[in-house]
Amino acid sequence: MSSRTSSFPPASEPVDAPHPRPAPLPPAGQGGTPPRTSPQSEGNWAGQPLRRVVGRTAVLAQPHIDTDRIIPARFLTTTVRGDLGRHLFADWRFDGDGRARPEFALNRPEAEGAVVLVTGDNFGCGSSREHAVWALRDFGFQAVVSTSFSDIFRQNALKNGLLPVAIDVVTHRRLLAAPGVEVEIDVAAAELRLADGSGTPFPLDPFARHCLLHGIDELGYLVAQDEAIARFERAR
Amino acid sequence: MSAPTPRTMLDKIWDAHLVRGENAEAPAVLYVDLHLVHEVTSPQAFAELDARGLRVRRPDRTVATMDHSTSTAPRPSAVGERGAGKPSGLRAIATTAADEQIATLERNCRRHGISLYALGDERQGIVHVIGPELGLTQPGMTIVCGDSHTSTHGAFGALAFGIGSSEVGHVLATQCLLQRKPKSFAVRVEGRLSPGVTAKDLVLGLIAELGVGGATGHAIEYMGPAIEALDMEGRMTVCNMSIEAGARAGMVAPDETTCSYLAGRQFAPPAADLERAAAGWRELAGDPGARFDRQITFDASSLEPMVTFGTHPGMAIPIGGEIPMPWHLPDADTRLSFERALAYMGLAPGLPVLGHPVDVVFLGSCTNGRLSDLRAAASVLRERHIDPTTRMLVVPGSQRVKREAEAEGLDEVFRRAGAEWREPGCSMCIAMNGDRLPPGHYAVSTSNRNFEGRQGPGGRTFLASPLTAAASALAGRVADPRQWMD
Repeated sequence: MSSRTSSFPPASEPVDAPHPRPAPLPPAGQGGTPPRTSPQSEGNWAGQPLRRVVGRTAVLAQPHIDTDRIIPARFLTTTVRGDLGRHLFADWRFDGDGRARPEFALNRPEAEGAVVLVTGDNFGCGSSREHAVWALRDFGFQAVVSTSFSDIFRQNALKNGLLPVAIDVVTHRRLLAAPGVEVEIDVAAAELRLADGSGTPFPLDPFARHCLLHGIDELGYLVAQDEAIARFERAR
Repeated sequence: MSAPTPRTMLDKIWDAHLVRGENAEAPAVLYVDLHLVHEVTSPQAFAELDARGLRVRRPDRTVATMDHSTSTAPRPSAVGERGAGKPSGLRAIATTAADEQIATLERNCRRHGISLYALGDERQGIVHVIGPELGLTQPGMTIVCGDSHTSTHGAFGALAFGIGSSEVGHVLATQCLLQRKPKSFAVRVEGRLSPGVTAKDLVLGLIAELGVGGATGHAIEYMGPAIEALDMEGRMTVCNMSIEAGARAGMVAPDETTCSYLAGRQFAPPAADLERAAAGWRELAGDPGARFDRQITFDASSLEPMVTFGTHPGMAIPIGGEIPMPWHLPDADTRLSFERALAYMGLAPGLPVLGHPVDVVFLGSCTNGRLSDLRAAASVLRERHIDPTTRMLVVPGSQRVKREAEAEGLDEVFRRAGAEWREPGCSMCIAMNGDRLPPGHYAVSTSNRNFEGRQGPGGRTFLASPLTAAASALAGRVADPRQWMD
């Protein structure tokens, strides 16, 4: 357990022990939020439990990759979340005539099937567009590893089961230098493990960790706060 | 009894909006006073509410407009005039997908009883321009919008920040967000801006100093004489671009400038209540001795007009300067990235940006599309003509800005100078509405982002102030506005 996440839960606590507070999402029927049944192909990744990510990496080493890079604005004239993977990094992946650029990292054969994207510092800066996360998710990525993330991107990612994994510089360098390596990301332990068995911790908000492990979505949690919200409104 | 702990402005606004405080296990439940909505980031949020059978909790605290994907092509003169209805052919949207997005917003607002300032409404405009000008934005509020430049509203002493579409759904359904409190960051700006140096140059200089991710996780409170001397529109420009340093929010404490700006605006407190409201607003400033997680002091006096040379807003230099050598950069990846940025821009270290040919000049956006921005540019363009090889788009931030500019004759100044006078919207800042920089072309832009492809695939952006933009349009090259000012 990283020192950054040491306050909760205590190291001795089983990782799946019930969350002390707040209570998980109430059973279906309470709060007006029945569990969603829509398939992930429509872009619904919230509320799916995520315990670990295991797989190979693809690497985009440059820092400050902004959300306009991840998905250019001209693809935002959509009213749904799904089917955005085909536009992921569109202007890097494809030339002006729509042909794949063979030199781009994600177009290389070794990137096929990668589930972890390793990137430079400050990933996801710029626009708040959640489409960036939907595109990464739809493309097949389940985690992004960097040294830092923009605030809004991090929040958007966590709401869609895309793990933002901010790690130390030394491990980051190793991963940047070795595209295609196998990694395991353990949500409960908030740890990224390499094939040699070495592990590196990453910060994961206890609430986000709990929501990921148990497939709790935040909207359901907030809707269940209705009484407290009404009380606040009356008291103003 | 000990004295109460001095609090920052962030502390005060945060504490006043806690439905539930945060603890180690759970973030705070933070109440939202004003939720601004636009067509691009809201459809998926409304769909989420529908899927769960939820209603919008507080339509009265929700206001929508359309700006991102709307065309800014000049429309028949009836449009935008007081009392104008919805003349046919008004939509003039760039693509059928954008048209569908606009129709979806109209449908969602109608179904949920949300005020919508649609195309044809005299109050339509860029969401961060109309909030303040309608008096919706007020000191002490929490304000959110599915748009990162929501930080603009912090100029009024509000806690305002951008959110993703999932969070838009959270606020629609519950009027609340789950939030960890940002760290506090005091940015004191000493001195005074020199002639020809504006709020835009100040914030570009600051981002260059902090770095493009340098304020991540923080809410900035701007203070000091150079900030106090700015008018509200200048403060909005500074707060607007706080996000470009990664900050969650940017704020300025309310003062007389704030109160007089708000007086008489449609949704601001009426005259009879204004003094009482203003007394409360003045209490919002941070207490003497309040502690910040971080603080810096920045000198405005030595600033020059700034211009960017790379592909993020932190890559900026004084207009007379040279593009730096990459030697100072910490590691190989960063150096490579720097070189890639310059290759994209078609530039090289050691060269000046000043004098570089310019194809397009874009004046507008939520950063610099307000009346004072148009006035500044017009003061340079008056009785002059732009370079014949340069196209200049002037896009007022809102219908109101457009009307007020026309009442002063600014539209004529721009037209006579050879610039296009267009309809309000986000336009070439985001290039999803028909206004697009062609591949390889150079723009001097008063907008906020010079990211690769931001203004159009392959387009190359120099960010600068309205004064610099106007001077560059005259010269057909990146120009120092001080050489064109009377």
